Amino acid sequence: MSQDLSPEFRMISDWIKPGSRVLDLGCGDGRLLGYLQDTRQVTGYGLEIDQSNILRCVQNGINVIHTDLDEGLQDFDPDSFDYVVMTQTLQAVHYPDRLLEEMLRVGRQGIVTFPNFAHWRLRLHLALHGRMPMSSALPHAWYDTPNIHLCTVRDFEALCAERQIGILQRSVTTAYFQESLTARLMPNLFASVALYRFEKLKR
Amino acid sequence: MSQDFPADSVGLVTPRQQHFDQPLELDCGQSLPEFDLVYESYGTLNEDRSNAILVAHALSGSHHAAGYHAGAHKPGWWEACIGPGKPIDTNRFFVVCSNNLGGCHGSTGPLSTNPLTGRPYGAAFPIVTVRDWVRSQARLADALGIQRWAAVIGGSLGGMQAMQWAIDYPDRIAHAVVIAGAPKLSAQNIAFNEVARQAILTDPEFHEGHYADEGVIPRRGLALARMIGHITYLSDDAMRAKFGRELREGKINFNYEVEFQVESYLRHQGQSFVDRFDATTYLLMTKALDYFDPAANFDDDLSRALAGVKAGFLVLSFTSDWRFPPSRSREIVKALLDTDKSVSYADIVAHHGHDAFLMPVPEYLGIFSAYMDRVGREVGA
Repeated sequence: MSQDLSPEFRMISDWIKPGSRVLDLGCGDGRLLGYLQDTRQVTGYGLEIDQSNILRCVQNGINVIHTDLDEGLQDFDPDSFDYVVMTQTLQAVHYPDRLLEEMLRVGRQGIVTFPNFAHWRLRLHLALHGRMPMSSALPHAWYDTPNIHLCTVRDFEALCAERQIGILQRSVTTAYFQESLTARLMPNLFASVALYRFEKLKR
Repeated sequence: MSQDFPADSVGLVTPRQQHFDQPLELDCGQSLPEFDLVYESYGTLNEDRSNAILVAHALSGSHHAAGYHAGAHKPGWWEACIGPGKPIDTNRFFVVCSNNLGGCHGSTGPLSTNPLTGRPYGAAFPIVTVRDWVRSQARLADALGIQRWAAVIGGSLGGMQAMQWAIDYPDRIAHAVVIAGAPKLSAQNIAFNEVARQAILTDPEFHEGHYADEGVIPRRGLALARMIGHITYLSDDAMRAKFGRELREGKINFNYEVEFQVESYLRHQGQSFVDRFDATTYLLMTKALDYFDPAANFDDDLSRALAGVKAGFLVLSFTSDWRFPPSRSREIVKALLDTDKSVSYADIVAHHGHDAFLMPVPEYLGIFSAYMDRVGREVGA
């Protein structure tokens, strides 16, 4: 997990209409929801599986519901949120494709962020060293990483196309959460972290 | 008193009694012409009377939730959670716990004198419900000058009272903490209660509830009821860890005396319970559990039952609780989510079974404390 996530939070906050209802999947210590409450007056809940993170959410005054995302979002009715947000968690769940569909079942729009495994540094690392790449966005060794479904910008967009998910907005950042021209022009190569806002395409 | 108390205990406590001379209408259609509630309180009520916490007790509990009675070695039943620096911090909160109506520790119940007959109520004591308790507790709040509880908190049957408070008095409760609870009993739960009741009702000393008049106690039935209850409060793992298949004399004796340690433990639990609890109270409490179903008046729709709730909720369950398993707590959470209520939920990893809510499990106390800190900050406590 990157040390300073606030630029990512700022970008997400810019995408969210004030006063919305937000569900945050894998909310960690609840900082994003707290930020959205402060900047966008949202209401909502964080879902989290880790007991120590749940404690921190309660300490931070965030409504948190202990949930295993691998079991889906069955506690939530269809269309009960304006946005379902998931930051840096997509790659850590067992069924990322099913979870994306769940997000769009309970929410009108989804927002995800994930580390782009096709970033040039990671490609170079693998090419030169022949070992699983590590970076500030991917700080874990291959054997103890929670990230079991790493993907690339192209993979994600291909999955969206396949599942009738319409991408409304994309933002990509470099390793230091700065937007750069190269990353915008060639995201699959230069994006360290990818941010997407999406919705279900009407048939 | 030369007794030394732990620094994080409220120390020596003395119960108080509140008399109510206005009749209390009960769900069963009867009414109590007058009644008493015995209660304890810990901590100090602040000037604007905003820091009051109501702790509701479970099946076999009483008003003695924390601290020590004079000469007693065992503290109240929730000593793990109530005291200076504990989740329900008595340095910040004014904590009230009353003995429920129908109880056997001083509040009006089967052992009390029926003012109409001059004899103990016994079996004539009307069946009371969770709503009746909440109604009587509201009277107690009035008597204490408490308009609004900062929180109503309870485990198991106590959690049901916290829920009922939030439903019946939305403006008089800021937070509800429901621990190891359920929105209503399952058929299996009711079945266990029925076996316990049958043990009592079929004891030859029961005398159709008038055992006090006969000068006897249905000891065997009550002990059996407690034994079956106790089995359901523990987890398989907890029992295995505590007793395994350990034999008292190290060998099998091929008879029906106590051979396994777990048998000895259960018999002890049953026997000691008889000395501190009343059989008819046990019948009443299990009935109140069976009847609790706030959704029943709302087409069995719990989210509708909770739609008017204004309190923030903390719901906690325990992984090894099979009496009220985590899935039951999730039903409460789901109903609150359906109508966008303020709710947090955690399923605490604990091996103690249903009884975990009484235990000092660090993760449990941590989340509970953090939530109560929020409650305290809201009321300036």
